[in-house]
Amino acid sequence: MLRSNFPPATANLEELGARALNLRRKMMHMASGKGEGYIAQGLGIADCLAAIYFHELRHDPARPDWPDRDRFLLSTGHYSIAMYAVLAEAGYLSDDELPTYGLNGSALPMSTFDETVGVEIVGGSLGHGLGQAVGMALALRLDKSSARVFCEFSDGELDEGSTWEAAMGAATFKCDNLVALIDCNGIQADGPVTVAIEPVADKMTAFGFETYEVNGNDMAALVDALGKCREPNGKPKAIVLRTTPGFGVPTIMARDRAHFVRVGNDEWDSLIEELERENG
Amino acid sequence: MADSQTIGNRTRGMGEIVDVAGKVTETAPFGNTLAEMAKTRPEIVGLTADMGRYSDILPFRDAHPDRFFNVGMAEQNLIMVAAGLAKSGKIAYCTTYSVFITRRAYDFVAIACAHSMANVKIFAGMPGLVNGYGATHQATEDINMMRGIADLTIIDPCDATEFKQVVRAVADIPGTVYVRNLRGKVPVELPEDYRFEVGKAKVLREGDGEIGIISTGYMSARGLDAAKMAESDGKNVGVLHVGTIKPFDTAGVIAFAKRYKQLIIAENHKTTGGLATLVIEALYEAGIQKPLVKIGLADSFFECGSQEYLESKYAVDIPRFMTAIRDGV
Repeated sequence: MLRSNFPPATANLEELGARALNLRRKMMHMASGKGEGYIAQGLGIADCLAAIYFHELRHDPARPDWPDRDRFLLSTGHYSIAMYAVLAEAGYLSDDELPTYGLNGSALPMSTFDETVGVEIVGGSLGHGLGQAVGMALALRLDKSSARVFCEFSDGELDEGSTWEAAMGAATFKCDNLVALIDCNGIQADGPVTVAIEPVADKMTAFGFETYEVNGNDMAALVDALGKCREPNGKPKAIVLRTTPGFGVPTIMARDRAHFVRVGNDEWDSLIEELERENG
Repeated sequence: MADSQTIGNRTRGMGEIVDVAGKVTETAPFGNTLAEMAKTRPEIVGLTADMGRYSDILPFRDAHPDRFFNVGMAEQNLIMVAAGLAKSGKIAYCTTYSVFITRRAYDFVAIACAHSMANVKIFAGMPGLVNGYGATHQATEDINMMRGIADLTIIDPCDATEFKQVVRAVADIPGTVYVRNLRGKVPVELPEDYRFEVGKAKVLREGDGEIGIISTGYMSARGLDAAKMAESDGKNVGVLHVGTIKPFDTAGVIAFAKRYKQLIIAENHKTTGGLATLVIEALYEAGIQKPLVKIGLADSFFECGSQEYLESKYAVDIPRFMTAIRDGV
């Protein structure tokens, strides 16, 4: 399949919005079953994942090991709830598996491991994603493949020195088949991001990336930025995603402590109702 | 104790074995072997973190420049990029100093590589006390650290004969492999018909049942030299080379140990957490108790100085072997 034929030039924003809502529904049901989870980050990244998997990514759920597939790397392993949702929505996983999310012995653990079909790397030890994306981009280039590598990582991972080592590597090796998707949701384990990581977009540009900055919960803006990242111009690409944790469920959006959400069993039902009410 | 004023002060070749006088050597067996085998294996790629010269990978770079990547002084990225290449069908040979692989990039070796059984082959330069740059450059605890990582194969080759076989063999060992590199002019100690087998300790010399040396890395070559020298004292010392540290050949070590009254365990590593610890664990679990002497490094940081000076001062040289053989201490 030639790059020029894919991805399509235009996107059906309405369909992508519906996909994003489906991802949020799946996530809410997974979190309610487990009773807890990294739901705020998942809800925040849902629009990006919908745009990637249902518009931008060249992939085939029937052939998860297809050598010429585009790769999507989730560096933030704790966003597993979002990863499983999109893998189920795309057909890699069955919806029937999702209720086991995070339960003992589940094939869908709380953090992502590459034993799960469709998961490319072990996420969760933060700062591991971008460098592996560089290696995959180099391998694809050696194989003369037109496939690309999309690597999601978070603003918190900009604290990790390894992320910046990898960023320099991407520019040094002119990985123009690599797109960094930086989820800037402003939260970390201890609360708000505290390290002086801003201005993220300027830093990525200074490190040699062609950088775009968008509202990560605006589907039209996401699709537009992804479209600009297709140019094989010798530069790695970065999209700085300004996302809102809990997007789509106002009660979660309003939480001060959103890194890990644990609420009572009875409350999940009302949060799910809230998602439908706000987005129905 | 060495006299710092009478022992040569030059550091000589960076990270090279120094006691090669009168021995046949091969230059850069790692890079030359890799360059040769890569001619027929296009999936092989080579990486370094600004240590191409001092790891001997430059022959590969010169032969296959499109498959060579220098990531600069960024060891975490070295391992990540290697992992990414491996996860897209390549066999990634990567090099830098042992200290930087182990102390700096440990998490990346464990999770990005070993956990995924990624085909990353790490050739770790200057393991143990093989250079004069002090503790910053002396990986004297690398075996101890790396053997804590599940699914990681660890190899400590003896000489050029074995090492060239190891360079080829690791390509077909599933998953991630950590090899203690030998660089520069590497002595040829073992016969041409020696065959490396992963996970198998090899008897290099069968003795008379009195004293048996169990060793790894180039300390096995030193053990062989010491055994030959001890012949003049009427001693016939056996030598078992444990070329693979992990998986550890428990059965081979136990079988050898049972044949000897007294054991000497020798390694270019601290005597804590390395070969001695593995052997003693194996003996204990097998219910075997033997008098034994450990030759290796103390649990300490070491100083700068010439190789001869350091090896003499920290007692990992031939005279140390002779004391162990003659006096049992």
